[in-house]
Amino acid sequence: MIRVESLWQRGVLDFLRSPMAIVGLLILAVIVLAALFAPWITPQNPYDLMQLDVLDARLAPGATSGEGHYTYWLGTDGQGRDLYSAIVYGLRISLLVGVGSALIAAVIGTLVGLVSAYAGGWVDALLMRLVDLLLSFPGILMALMILAWLGKGVGNVVLTLVVLEWAYYARTARGQALVESRREYVEAARGQGISRWRILVGHILPNCLPPLIVIGALQIARAITLEATLSFLGLGVPITEPSLGLLIANGFQFMLGDEYWISVFPGLALLLTIVAINLVGDRLRDVLNPRLQR
Amino acid sequence: MSLWLLRRVGQAVLVMLLMTVIVFVGLNAIGNPVDILIGEDLNQAERVQAIARLGLDQPLWQQYITFLNGATHGHLGKSFVHHEDALQLILQRLPATFELAFSALLMAIVIGVPLGLFAGLYPDHFASRLMMTGSIVGFSLPSFWVALMLIMLFSVHLGWLPASGRGATREWLGIQWSWLTLDGWQHLLLPALNLALFKISLVLRLTRAGVREILPQDFVKFARAKGLSPLRVTLMHVLRNTLIPLVTVLGLELGSTIAYAVVTESIFAWPGAGKLILDSINTLDRPVVVAYLMVVVVIFVSLNLLVDVLYRLLDPRVRLEGAQ
Amino acid sequence: MKALENAVLPATLEVRNLCTSFHTRDGILPAVRDVSLRLQPGRILGLVGESGSGKSVTGFSILGLVDAPGRISGGEILFQGRDLVKLRPAQLRQLQGNRIAMIFQDPMMTLNPVLRIDTQMIEAVRAHNPMSQREARQHACDTLASMGIASPEERLRAYPHQLSGGMRQRVAIAIALLHRPDLIIADEPTTALDVTIQAQILGEVQKLVREQGTALIWITHDLSVVAGLADDVAVMYAGRIVEQGRVDDVLDRPLHPYTQGLIDSLPSRNQRGQRLRQIPGMAPDLRSMPPGCAFAERCSRVSSACIEQPQPLEIEPGRSVRCFHPGVAHGE
Repeated sequence: MIRVESLWQRGVLDFLRSPMAIVGLLILAVIVLAALFAPWITPQNPYDLMQLDVLDARLAPGATSGEGHYTYWLGTDGQGRDLYSAIVYGLRISLLVGVGSALIAAVIGTLVGLVSAYAGGWVDALLMRLVDLLLSFPGILMALMILAWLGKGVGNVVLTLVVLEWAYYARTARGQALVESRREYVEAARGQGISRWRILVGHILPNCLPPLIVIGALQIARAITLEATLSFLGLGVPITEPSLGLLIANGFQFMLGDEYWISVFPGLALLLTIVAINLVGDRLRDVLNPRLQR
Repeated sequence: MSLWLLRRVGQAVLVMLLMTVIVFVGLNAIGNPVDILIGEDLNQAERVQAIARLGLDQPLWQQYITFLNGATHGHLGKSFVHHEDALQLILQRLPATFELAFSALLMAIVIGVPLGLFAGLYPDHFASRLMMTGSIVGFSLPSFWVALMLIMLFSVHLGWLPASGRGATREWLGIQWSWLTLDGWQHLLLPALNLALFKISLVLRLTRAGVREILPQDFVKFARAKGLSPLRVTLMHVLRNTLIPLVTVLGLELGSTIAYAVVTESIFAWPGAGKLILDSINTLDRPVVVAYLMVVVVIFVSLNLLVDVLYRLLDPRVRLEGAQ
Repeated sequence: MKALENAVLPATLEVRNLCTSFHTRDGILPAVRDVSLRLQPGRILGLVGESGSGKSVTGFSILGLVDAPGRISGGEILFQGRDLVKLRPAQLRQLQGNRIAMIFQDPMMTLNPVLRIDTQMIEAVRAHNPMSQREARQHACDTLASMGIASPEERLRAYPHQLSGGMRQRVAIAIALLHRPDLIIADEPTTALDVTIQAQILGEVQKLVREQGTALIWITHDLSVVAGLADDVAVMYAGRIVEQGRVDDVLDRPLHPYTQGLIDSLPSRNQRGQRLRQIPGMAPDLRSMPPGCAFAERCSRVSSACIEQPQPLEIEPGRSVRCFHPGVAHGE
C-alpha cells in the first residue's frame, strides 16, 4: 500500500536526507547560540571603549592581554579589540540586520503581493511594473544611492535592505496567490459565500508560505552579505560598533604587513554564516519545490 | 519584427524619461538643489551667476525642461572635487569598468558552462556533487573578502600579480584599453577573477539546471534514435537549447557585474566608474552622483533592450510568430 | 501455407523474454515483463495496450533508448540474428536510425524546436552516410518528395513550429525512412493528429512498408487502427503480452478476456441505444502488482487458478494467449 505521511513530515525527512543541509543547520545553530549568549561567552565587550587597551593593538593570535587577564585567541585588531569577542558581537549585528530586514521586507512584500493579486486590474499592473523595475536594478547600486542620500547608520542600512528586498516577496506572493486562487478549493469557498479577503488570508496565504520561506532564507544570506559589503565600504555601521564587514575593512591596511588575522578571521566567520544559510536555503528550495516532488 | 522593435525602443525611451523625472524630483525633494549642484565654496556673486546659469530661479516645470535639455546634451553639472564636467568624468572612466566587467563575464562563461554541462549530464558523479556544493560556497563568498584573500595570496605571499591599479594601455577605436597589453592582463587578472567568482557559480548552476531540464525531452531521445554521435547530441541539441535562455540571463548579468564592480574597483584601486562613484559619495560630490545615476539608467535600459533583441534573434519560435 | 511462411523467411526481429524495469526511489517498477515477439520482413505488427501497459517501453527497449533509472534487466532482442542487448553503444548507434528507425508520438516534441528541418534531416543522413552537406540535403529533399510532400524545399527551410501537425509527422516519417531501415517502430504516431490526417498517414505508411519490405511495429491503444493496418497483433496488459496472433484471428475470435473487453468497448461495436461496454476496474499500479494474473481482479472468468501467473499457451504456431480460461465467451 502507498505510504501516507503528513506533508510536513515528508518535508522534514526529505530535508534531512541531505548531509550538507544537516551540516548547514548545525553550523547555524552554533552561530545563533553564540550570538544570543555573546556577553557570556566572550571575555570582552568590544563596543565598550573603556575595555579596550590601545597598547594591545595588533597582537598576534595567542598573545596574552597587557594585564594578563585573558588570552587573545584570535589576536587583536587595530584598536586593541579582542578579535574573538569582536567577531561574536559582529555576528550579532549581522544576524540582527539580516533577519530583521528579511522579516520586515517579508511582511511588507507579502502584503503588497496579496493586495496586488486581490485587486487585479491596473493596481496589479502598476505594482508589478514597480516590482520589475526595482528588481532589474542591481542591489548594490541602489543601496549606494539610498545611503548617499540618507547617510550612514545601522537603521539606514536596515531601511535600505528592506527597500531592496520587499519586491522579491511581493512578486512571489502575488504569483502564488494567483495560482492558488484558481484552484478548486477557492472556488468551493467562494461558493460558500466566504469573503474574498478571508479566503486570501485564511486559505491562500498558508499555501504561499513554502516559496516565501525559501526566498526568506536566501534573502537573509543576501542581506548579511550586503550589510557586510556596505560596512566594508564605510557606509554602514558606525566605527565604534564594528560589524564583520567593518572589521575586515579595518584589517585591509595591515594585510600587506603580514598581520593577516585582522581580516581573515572575521571573513571566515562571515563566510561560514552565509554558507550555512545558503546550504539550508538551497535544500529548502529543493524540498519545497513542487516540481521536484512526485 | 521591426514593428516590435519600434515599440520596444519606445518603451525604453519612456523608462529613461521616467527615471529622469524621478531623479529630478529626488534632487528637489532631498535638499536645496542649489547646494547640491553648485556647492558651498562659491561667493555670493558666483552663486547668483551659477543659479542663473543652471536656471534654478525658474519655475519647477521649466527647470525640468532645462534639466532634460542639459541631460541630453551631456551637461549635468560640474564635479565639486575635480572641477570638471561630471558626465565627462564618468565617461572617461567607463572603459576601465567595461573592461573589468566583460573579462569577468567571459571568465564566468568559459569556466561555468562546461562545468555546468558536465554536472547536468552526470549529476550523480562525485565531481558533480562537489561542484554543486562548491558553487554554493562560490556565491556565498562575500566578494570583498575574497578580493583581500586573492591579494594576500597572489600579491603578498607569491608575488605573482600586482595588488592594485590598472596596467599599461593601448589605444583602439579612440579609447585606451588595457587588455591589449601584457602588463594590462597582469593587472586585470585578479580583479576580473574576483568579480567572476560569484558569476561562475551562478552560470554553473544555471547551465546544470538547463541541461537537466532539456535532457529528458523527447527531441533529445529522437536525436539519439537517429544514431547521432553522443558528442553531436550533447552539443547541437542539449547545449544549444540550454544556451538560448542562458544567454539572455547572462546579458542581464552583465549589468549586475558592472554594478558590483564598485566593490572590486575600490579594493584593487581600479580606475573605473565604480571607484569614482564611491569616492564621490564619500566626499559628497553630488553632481557626479547624479550624472552616474543617469548613465547607469541608460546603460541598464539599453542592456535590457539588447538582451530582448538577442533573445528574439536566437529563438526562432519567438522571432517568427509575428511573421506567420 | 502459413506454417511455411513462418518457417522459411528469417525473422527481422525476435524478442525473447524481454524484461525492462525502472529502479526508482519508490522501488523497482517492472514495466516490461517476459515479452516475446517475432516479426518477419514486410509484416506489420500492432502492439496494443492502455497507457502504462508497457508498450512504449517495449519499443524503446528494442531500440536501446531506455533512459535511467530504467534498464533492460533480462531477455534477448535478436535483430537479424544479432542480440542488441549485448551490443556496445557504438555498435548500437550504427543500427539506430539506419537499420532500425523510430517514429515518436508527438512530432512537435521530437523535432528540435530551434533547429531548421534541413539541419535535422541532414545530420540524420550524415550520421550513417558520409556525404557532403549538399548531397545530404538533396537526399533529404528527395525523400520528402517521394512521400508526396509538396514543395519540399520550403519545408526544409522551415522550423518545426511553422509546419502543421500532420506535416511534422510526415517529416518524422521521412527521417525514419532516410536510410531504408529494415525495421521501423512507430510509437502512437497518429494519436496526436486529426482523424482525417490519421487515415492519410496510415495509408501512406502501409504503402511504403509494402513497397520497401520493411518490418513495422505499430504501437497504439486504438484497436480500430490495428484492425485496418496490421497483419499481426499483440495485446499487452501490465507489462505482459496476454494474447498475440494474426489480426483477423484475434479480432474475430479473441481468447483473452482483456482482448474481448477491448473489442467490446469499441463504440463501433455497439448498437444504438445500448450502453457502452467498459472493462470494470482500473489497470494495476506498477508499484503494487498482485501476484498471479494481473487481470484477475477485473476478470469475469476469474477462478482459484488465477493466483498463478499464466504462461503463454500456444494454440497454433504464431497464436498464443496467457490465460487459464482462454476463449470462454463471457456474459451468456
